[in-house]
Amino acid sequence: MRRMTVIWIVVSVVLDLLFYFLAGPHMPPGRMTTSAQSDQFDFNILMVVALPVLVGVWEFMLYALITWRSKRAGVAEPVGGPAAAGNRKAEVSWVIITSVAVVLLAVFGIVELIADQGSGGGEGPNPIWQPAGATTADAAALAGAGTWAPNSNDILVVQVIGQQWKWTYRYPTFGGFESQKLILPNNTNIEFNVTSLDVIHSFWAYQLEVKADANPLVNDVAFTKTVQLGKFVVRCSELCGIWHGSMYNYGKVVSQSDFLNWATATESKNAANTANLPAFAWTYVPDANGAAGGFYPDGNVTPYSSVETYGSKQPS
Amino acid sequence: MTISAEQPTEVVAGNVVPPVLTLRPERKRPGWLSQHLGTAILCGFLGYILGHWFGNYISNGYPAIANNGQNSISDLLALIGMVIGWLLGIGALNYPIAKIFGRQANTEVEYEGFSKYFRYNLDHKVVGLQYVVGVLLFLFTGGLLAMAIRTELLSPTTHIFNAGTYIAIVSEHGTIMMMMATSIIIGPIGNYFVPLMIGARRMAFPRIEAFSFWIFTAGYMVIFSALPFGGFPTGWTGYAPLQTQAGPAMVSYLFGFAVVGLGMIAAGFNVACTVINYRAPGMTWGRLPVFVWGILSTTALLTLATPVLFGAGLFGLLDKTVQTAFYVNEHGGSSYLWENLFWFFGHPEVYIMALPGFGIIGEIIPVFTRKPLFAYRIASAGMIGVALLSFFVWQHHLFQSGINPDMRPLFMLTTELISIPTGFIFLVGMGTLYKAKIRLEVPMLFCLAVYFNFLIGGVTGVFLSDVPVNVTVHGGFFVLSHFHYTIMGGIVFAFMAALYFWLPKMTGKMMNKKLGLWHFWTMFVFFNLTFFPMFIIGLLGQPRRVFTYAKNLTFLNDFSSVSAFLLGASFLLFFANLMWSMFISPEKAPANPWDSLGLEWKTANPIPHYNFERIPVIMNDPYHYSEVGAQPLSDLGDDNMVHSASPSTSSNSPAN
Repeated sequence: MRRMTVIWIVVSVVLDLLFYFLAGPHMPPGRMTTSAQSDQFDFNILMVVALPVLVGVWEFMLYALITWRSKRAGVAEPVGGPAAAGNRKAEVSWVIITSVAVVLLAVFGIVELIADQGSGGGEGPNPIWQPAGATTADAAALAGAGTWAPNSNDILVVQVIGQQWKWTYRYPTFGGFESQKLILPNNTNIEFNVTSLDVIHSFWAYQLEVKADANPLVNDVAFTKTVQLGKFVVRCSELCGIWHGSMYNYGKVVSQSDFLNWATATESKNAANTANLPAFAWTYVPDANGAAGGFYPDGNVTPYSSVETYGSKQPS
Repeated sequence: MTISAEQPTEVVAGNVVPPVLTLRPERKRPGWLSQHLGTAILCGFLGYILGHWFGNYISNGYPAIANNGQNSISDLLALIGMVIGWLLGIGALNYPIAKIFGRQANTEVEYEGFSKYFRYNLDHKVVGLQYVVGVLLFLFTGGLLAMAIRTELLSPTTHIFNAGTYIAIVSEHGTIMMMMATSIIIGPIGNYFVPLMIGARRMAFPRIEAFSFWIFTAGYMVIFSALPFGGFPTGWTGYAPLQTQAGPAMVSYLFGFAVVGLGMIAAGFNVACTVINYRAPGMTWGRLPVFVWGILSTTALLTLATPVLFGAGLFGLLDKTVQTAFYVNEHGGSSYLWENLFWFFGHPEVYIMALPGFGIIGEIIPVFTRKPLFAYRIASAGMIGVALLSFFVWQHHLFQSGINPDMRPLFMLTTELISIPTGFIFLVGMGTLYKAKIRLEVPMLFCLAVYFNFLIGGVTGVFLSDVPVNVTVHGGFFVLSHFHYTIMGGIVFAFMAALYFWLPKMTGKMMNKKLGLWHFWTMFVFFNLTFFPMFIIGLLGQPRRVFTYAKNLTFLNDFSSVSAFLLGASFLLFFANLMWSMFISPEKAPANPWDSLGLEWKTANPIPHYNFERIPVIMNDPYHYSEVGAQPLSDLGDDNMVHSASPSTSSNSPAN
């Protein structure tokens, strides 16, 4: 058994080192944002813990099958003596070791979750782990008074709207224009406000390491900070109907000045369209036909009534 | 059975009149008049038509389903009519109906011969075998749908099915497999062997036991009706706004889960009462076979978690038919309500599947290592621990859904804690292998494969429970692979182990070893080749339930698909082995082919109707392989080979 232990330790250490230093830096989802970097680190740490467990159990089982396989045909004699006895020490140490390891892993996960401001996951409408200034940025965005300038610490508020089967994005800081492209500035704290107009979607910006469910009438907030230029893919990761599989598009992280140029240009180009959109809000109630973005007829006070809107006959 | 259970005890002038056994003439109808599968199908069909007509009658001109001319009220009533007709036709409701109207109910006629497998039979051994066939039917249907999914995923762009058909196939596959897996072990193996293992003559509630099987088959028909209705687009999770939006097949999904849920609740109460009350003298908790511990902890989940699903399904049905708004956000409901109710059931459900599997490997491994089960107490404590903790982890399915953010550390902790009792199962297995004399028979190979697969499934579960890493892997192929490793790699493999191990007892025929080895190795290898690439596919960013994926993932997906086809072929090998060994070239099984000490092997072969002529007295636990001179397991009386088919007293008869 001592030899087995030595082999286990050596193999585990070698595999861990190989994994962490060779494969680790390339593990998904890459290093494009702070949450990607942090979650990649967490994944690698879990892998470093998992590899010795896998190696240990498999090594033991393989060793057992080779060493203790009954060579005789027919039924072996029962195993007697000390080999058959229970081993209180082994039981107790197994329980203690697994418990300590598991609790440590949970503590590690909690620390990482809080330190990384929610790790890019959806935190619901009232996030508790967020970068400084997020609350004021929210209030400003809602009032249409948000600002974002290059080389500042401003948080860029972006709204992600899911609908069957399309992603669109609104930029409240730039007049609330809506775009089908998700363009983000580099080196900026981004606040994603994810909502849906119909069923539940899930906004998964893979390389950004942001994943937040888009619920109708719920604002699901996620944070990350871009640190690299490049393209990323956005997919829907919650089944949302028959075209769920084609609900994806691409986005880009560009330099801050490029972003500012794009945003201001698009704001003026889309101004006529933006005027027809509902005012920027965290969530939207679908209109009479279930189509996107409508308000209740009287400004969000009374629920929609088809009779009031259309008379007695309903639209087909 | 000719002995009636109605034994009124009358008190006359202070004297207790001893009960008189009233003998009732056996009412045996000719075959074509009796109730069997044929009448069940007929009545189910009539019930469907009647329900459909009635639904249209009471809700005429009520096109309840958006964008669809169909009337969901009549759809639902048709399905309800079908289930009631099915149960009436098979005879499951004869007894309760008679009791409701205050009549003395006829005891069910015990048919002999092959036809008993097509009837409402109260013998737990018959029900067990019926369940084997029923579960395999589910399994093969779901497996065929899986083949269809993998066929579509051969190409990132070219589509064999259209988008709607594909999503219907995915949803149907998931739902059928989940329903099947809830009963895959507790149904066939649990019903058949729990009474034998605890030394009981029957289940506590034989009618409920038979009911649980026949409503399980009704559930199969209900969920299968989703395909002719056009399929439902929600996956097996049925998330709410999509559920409200979906077409008429959604009714099949919701009602199907309710029907299967009824069967699960019934089976859970029946088995739990049996284990608690029907243990033979001397069968203390410390001597209970570990498989029975697994089943008992499962029944706790069946009885406590499944009612939540039933209620959730009922809300959904009301939303779809009479336009309530339980899950409709715009009208004061909440789509989170469904997510929480569903997973409050859904997570215990995966342990409903897993725990009996743990029990099976704990039961089989000592037989093939010729050693006592290592750390028996830890094994049973582990299973109870898993059962308890499983009620406190459901929100880990909602980590990214926008739940209260400070709930996430709590559920991360509870989820990771559950790996402690799960780890006990590995301790037990490794301890039992230590310095053993290992025989690599087919059931043992399947058990070892469970350890191999479940280790991967369990370790990846820790990745999923870690919220930061969950952001990467949630909703992708990683989680898909994870639960296939636990449910298919763990539970289906354990079920196969159980079949190879116990079919000789159930049928008196050995499974062919050579074909069994071929089946094992193909299933094991191709299972891993199918699902391991999916971890990588998921890490590279492919979400679940999509038919379009990134072009650079084509090779991995194709590799997985081809392996999946070969995995499907290995199930054909199993089927061939089953046909060969049971019907074409049966080989008579020895009384105890694996030299197990288990009580279930101590009965006569074939097992007499009442299992034990005398209730055995248990003197030891069933794992004393080693101690020379250990007390024998049980005292079955002088002549333990029971030949008489009827018991000597009526105290244990099913009519009680």
